[in-house]
Amino acid sequence: MTTPTTRKDPVILEMRSITKEFPGVKALSDVNLRVKAGEVHAICGENGAGKSTLMKVLSGVYPYGSYSGDIVYQAEVQQFKDIRASEHAGIVIIHQELALIPELSITENIFLGNEPTKRGVIDWAEARRRSLELLARVGLREDPDTPIKEIGVGKQQLVEIAKALNKSVKLLILDEPTAALNESDSQHLLDLISGLRSKGITSIMISHKLNEIEQIADSITIIRDGKSIETLDVKGDGVDEDRIIKGMVGRTLESRFPEHTPKIGEVFFEVKGWTVGHPQIQDRLVCKGSNFYVRRGEIVGFAGLMGAGRTELARSVFGHSYGRFISGQVFKNGKEIRMHNVRQAIDAGLGYVTEDRKTLGLNLLDDIKTTTVSANLRAVSKNFVVDTDKEFTVAEEYRKSLRTKTPSVEEGVAKLSGGNQQKVVLAKWMFTDPELLILDEPTRGIDVGAKYEIYGIIQRLANQGKGVIVISSELPELLGLSDRIYTIFEGSITGVLNKDEASQESLMKLMTSNRKSA
Amino acid sequence: MNALKKLFGGNTRQFGMIFALVALIVFFQIFTEGRTLTPGNVINLFNGNSYILILAIGMVLVIIAGHIDLSVGSVAAVVGVTVALAIRDWGIPWYMGILLGLALGALIGAWQGFWTAYVGIPAFIVTLAGMLLFRGFNQFVGKSNTIPVPNDFQYIGSGYLPEVGPNTGFNNLTLLIGLAAVAFVVIGEVRARRTAKALGAEVNEAWVMVTRLVLVCGAILYATYLFATGRPGTSFPIPGLILAVLVLIYGFISAKTVIGRHIYAVGGNRHAAELSGVQSKKVNFMVMMNMSILAGLAGMIFVGRSTASGPFDGVGWELDAIAAVFIGGAAVTGGVGTVIGSIVGGLVMAVLNNGLQLLGVGADLTQIIKGLVLLAAVAFDVYNKTQGKKSIIGMMMKNFGRRSEELTPDETTSTKEVISKEA
Repeated sequence: MTTPTTRKDPVILEMRSITKEFPGVKALSDVNLRVKAGEVHAICGENGAGKSTLMKVLSGVYPYGSYSGDIVYQAEVQQFKDIRASEHAGIVIIHQELALIPELSITENIFLGNEPTKRGVIDWAEARRRSLELLARVGLREDPDTPIKEIGVGKQQLVEIAKALNKSVKLLILDEPTAALNESDSQHLLDLISGLRSKGITSIMISHKLNEIEQIADSITIIRDGKSIETLDVKGDGVDEDRIIKGMVGRTLESRFPEHTPKIGEVFFEVKGWTVGHPQIQDRLVCKGSNFYVRRGEIVGFAGLMGAGRTELARSVFGHSYGRFISGQVFKNGKEIRMHNVRQAIDAGLGYVTEDRKTLGLNLLDDIKTTTVSANLRAVSKNFVVDTDKEFTVAEEYRKSLRTKTPSVEEGVAKLSGGNQQKVVLAKWMFTDPELLILDEPTRGIDVGAKYEIYGIIQRLANQGKGVIVISSELPELLGLSDRIYTIFEGSITGVLNKDEASQESLMKLMTSNRKSA
Repeated sequence: MNALKKLFGGNTRQFGMIFALVALIVFFQIFTEGRTLTPGNVINLFNGNSYILILAIGMVLVIIAGHIDLSVGSVAAVVGVTVALAIRDWGIPWYMGILLGLALGALIGAWQGFWTAYVGIPAFIVTLAGMLLFRGFNQFVGKSNTIPVPNDFQYIGSGYLPEVGPNTGFNNLTLLIGLAAVAFVVIGEVRARRTAKALGAEVNEAWVMVTRLVLVCGAILYATYLFATGRPGTSFPIPGLILAVLVLIYGFISAKTVIGRHIYAVGGNRHAAELSGVQSKKVNFMVMMNMSILAGLAGMIFVGRSTASGPFDGVGWELDAIAAVFIGGAAVTGGVGTVIGSIVGGLVMAVLNNGLQLLGVGADLTQIIKGLVLLAAVAFDVYNKTQGKKSIIGMMMKNFGRRSEELTPDETTSTKEVISKEA
């Protein structure tokens, strides 16, 4: 059933009027997708548009029979009953959350479930030899015996691709491959994908990073609200970011950032000589004598590459919630304050929206209303008893003011899309009424429309006279949003630029250099 | 059909689990030819299981917080023997004995909480050690002897509400408690409905509520009747009373208070809870300590009931309590569970035990059946979740305060996560 055709078919995959329903929701309705052999085909759409669902249909996560429509792959109608079947046919999906086992070595991971054997015993010599070959193909110079947990996310992504190559992949599906990567790792990955293209491997890539799509994709299919809207030919149609956004949201966003005139007041929050050690490694410092300040009504950006110590700095200031505190002072309104735990930090008027919503920011078992009040239960309780009516009212207010899309505030947060989850997290911190709100990657994994709304919320907070710190890996975001940007490199603050003097180039230079700020 | 769905399914799922229990009771009532629902048997059932149900209350909090406690049987035993010895050898009065027992439970709980919360050793290990440790202490302190307790101490384990007031043919206090419970249920339901309406949340039609109330109140009144018409000298048992009070207190704490919220938050996602200002170590410490206090109480009630403390008190109790909690819809991964659910789960096991005994089924078969019921109840729940349907136990428990959300795969929840949540 899955014998590859030798005939050169320009179309490797065609998905015809795919419809997939979940109880109560039509996730996909009549979606069509045509992928030509040997191209990089990007799928764009807002979160919740149905991109991942479509890929799960294709790769057999949702087996044949659970959807309607046809999958024509290599000129044959396919009926994948599980991932194994689709992999057998040469379709390999790499999920956003990597499916590698941290304790096992690179080789063991590459051959997991597919171990080369000799008389029933795993032939490790052969496995090692082949994994060296595969690593060379993906351009990863690592000892294949290195445990996965010891290499960075960027390299792990490459191991995933090596694993796919080992399965003699013909169609590679990458779900947000660069979401967790820094600029240079992303670039390396994109280069690798184009390299694979020249070797005849077709890729389907889901990404929110439109600049990457513009750079690498040959064609783009846009999905909106579970329907395929259009397929663009990048070279022929002269596609740019604005064109893609228009297709995704169904309207042109005049600007990616809302209009905002900052009203900046006096310095009210200042950190001096902040030095923090790594939680496990004895002599390693994650923050080296950092100094920074925030003024009222100001949006301050923190730029730095992955692992530069941005999150570490923010979390250690936020009630020592990361690392070993060594030295440093925090001043609020000119007076020194001490925060030894998160509770004290919240009481001191700080809020911190975490980088990783699902593992650090949310209890996915909770519903919207309990999440909204969870950082400030005191405000909805009396004598330690929670007033559930008040809780409901508060959650309802935030649902309306932040325009969270949900049938009810009693809905579980796990069911919301990324953008709406982030709104709930923002509501939770807004309800603590912080004077300084730190937002760590506030728009990661969030679609364009919701990003715009979240920028608006951030600006509204600043207009209320609050200080806002935004940590982000996306430089255009920092440039569009911040009034002032600090750059961090290897735990040190290397510079600070005002909005008008900052550019991607000037920031990148400071983010990658060791020189201290003047 | 639609009406039934509205009453028992749909928005009013809360009776589902209880219906499993009712079905079981009806089954045994028929097959034991009416020997199940007699005053004597029901009183006996409560007396003989109240200590397990008390343990289940503590255990569900431990499990919600993401831990487990294997030491409860041993803790109960060591508290029981210490109190029995203190009363016999030091001559302290019974109430001082109870206070001593609770204090000892708290001390043991602080020990286990310290290792679990502050040192960070998994509770499974800490309490496995505790299980050995405190069993040893029990036999060391009591020199493996049976130590009798005086009559006034036996009251907490085998006493009944006294006869007061005019002779009505019923036990008046039991009657009063039953009527108070009915009033409590009716007023609670009506008020909840009124506020829900005022806030604009969804409410059921009036007839649904009325029918439901009639059913619940009917059940309460029937139970009251059974308890109030027992053999002269018997009535609602004291252990049952202690249990009822504890259910009310802990049900309230878990659903409505800040500490309750914190327990669910820590069990659901410890990191997220910590970064929201929840002091997870404190929460874990308190949950473990509370469990041992309740274990101490259960131990004392058992000693009171069996009139003496022995070296093998409480053997295997931890497993009964844990089974009750899981039948009651809690999740192994933490964050999900209810006090009421666990009590119902415990009662399912108790009724099963009792009914099989009445039928003359041997202890061997009883164990086999109980094991299968536990497996089937949880398997059914897991199966339903993996089919993308709602969790039966979860939805039955939905309105018992906290809900257990089923996760449907969507754009932002990867399959892996859904699977790990379901596991």
